[in-house]
Amino acid sequence: MPRGLGATAAALLLLGLGAALGYAPRDAVQGNVQRIMYLHVPAILTAYVAIAVVLAASIAYLGGRRAVWDRVAVAAAELAVCFIGLTLVTGSIWGKPTWGTWWTWDARLTSTAVLFVIYLGYLLLRSVVEDRERAATYAAVLGILGALDVPIIHFSVQWWRTLHQPATVLRPQAPTMDGAMLVALAVNVAAFLCTFAYLLSRRYRLLTLETEAATRAWQ
Amino acid sequence: MPGGTAFLRSARAVFWKDLLVERRAKEGANALAFFAILLLFLFYFALGPDRERIRAALPGLFWLAFLLAGLLALGRSFALERENDCLDGLVLMPGDKGGIYLGKLAGTTALMWSMELAFIVATGLLYNLDLWPAIPRLLLVAFVGTVGFAAIGTLFAAMTAQLRAREVLLPVLLLPLVIPVLVASVRLTEGALGGEPWAASAAWWQLLLGFDIVFVVAGLLTFEFILEA
Repeated sequence: MPRGLGATAAALLLLGLGAALGYAPRDAVQGNVQRIMYLHVPAILTAYVAIAVVLAASIAYLGGRRAVWDRVAVAAAELAVCFIGLTLVTGSIWGKPTWGTWWTWDARLTSTAVLFVIYLGYLLLRSVVEDRERAATYAAVLGILGALDVPIIHFSVQWWRTLHQPATVLRPQAPTMDGAMLVALAVNVAAFLCTFAYLLSRRYRLLTLETEAATRAWQ
Repeated sequence: MPGGTAFLRSARAVFWKDLLVERRAKEGANALAFFAILLLFLFYFALGPDRERIRAALPGLFWLAFLLAGLLALGRSFALERENDCLDGLVLMPGDKGGIYLGKLAGTTALMWSMELAFIVATGLLYNLDLWPAIPRLLLVAFVGTVGFAAIGTLFAAMTAQLRAREVLLPVLLLPLVIPVLVASVRLTEGALGGEPWAASAAWWQLLLGFDIVFVVAGLLTFEFILEA
């Protein structure tokens, strides 16, 4: 199954690349820089999916204490960090020519950066707890609290900006989206979600093998 | 409801135990107060003597000081339990472990809140600012914000108390999660200092109270897992 998934993901990524660079028209206002959106938007959507998987797997782990769910949670958290990181990097690359700066304390940027730090903390917590079951339990609690905080952080930072000063030029939305652009975006979202599923299954398998190897070493 | 009363009884027992330890030893509260005064000196050197500038930065300064002192208070709350394996005693206590969580949360909140009152008064005196009329409202904001901070903080302090890297890990895990508390509390403090009408900041009250409720409930539900891990 994973092999088929990997092949599908690879094919979709190639198709997405073609759609983003060839099929989708050049943006009238921003020019070719806008094409980074085909990487940026799928990355953050995939990151949200990864966070939802961490939440679900963490609840499932605390419910039954089965190591299976813990492995799903770790794998998803690692991917969440990767995809949030990719979002921040591609956003910066887009921001420099468009806004003239790599970073600005816009509400969305700030809340995304906070998410990045929370899930880095999650991985850090796992790396310092030696006992496997204890690490899994602690991480599950953090995974649940972190995911619950995501909407609250979003609103607090949003309000903080809007009440402070209204959003001015730094609004990323294009007025309306061209049909071809939407198709290219949809292909890339599908490609990213497929890639996420593939990487998740591979990482899960690797974690299982690691656990097996560790138990065998003791025998 | 016998389960409910046992739950509240254990919460009260843990709360009074923590206050009693604090009253007997005093070093915790004294150290916190001293630390807070030191922060006032540091802020003065960072901002200079301009009173208007200090006044403008005051809401942020308050909450930076509260969060920093709160980290110390939280670390201490469970450092005490680690000595002599007191934590094992707590875990063996009959009844719902949520009671321990609630007691610890109340203890930390009470300690931080009294420190915050002292800090606000000291700020008014040392910086020569007229804060007195705003104090009741400031204390209300401080209380609601502190409950939110301590709701997550108590969980993470229990979690990190057993670990080697606890001094680093507690702030690293806790601070990003309590950013909504910081943002809302700073805004509400600003409103309290400026005497703005209550209705103007209703959305921030909702956000902060919502945060408190979500994380106290999450804490009650997950604390048992942390204690028994």
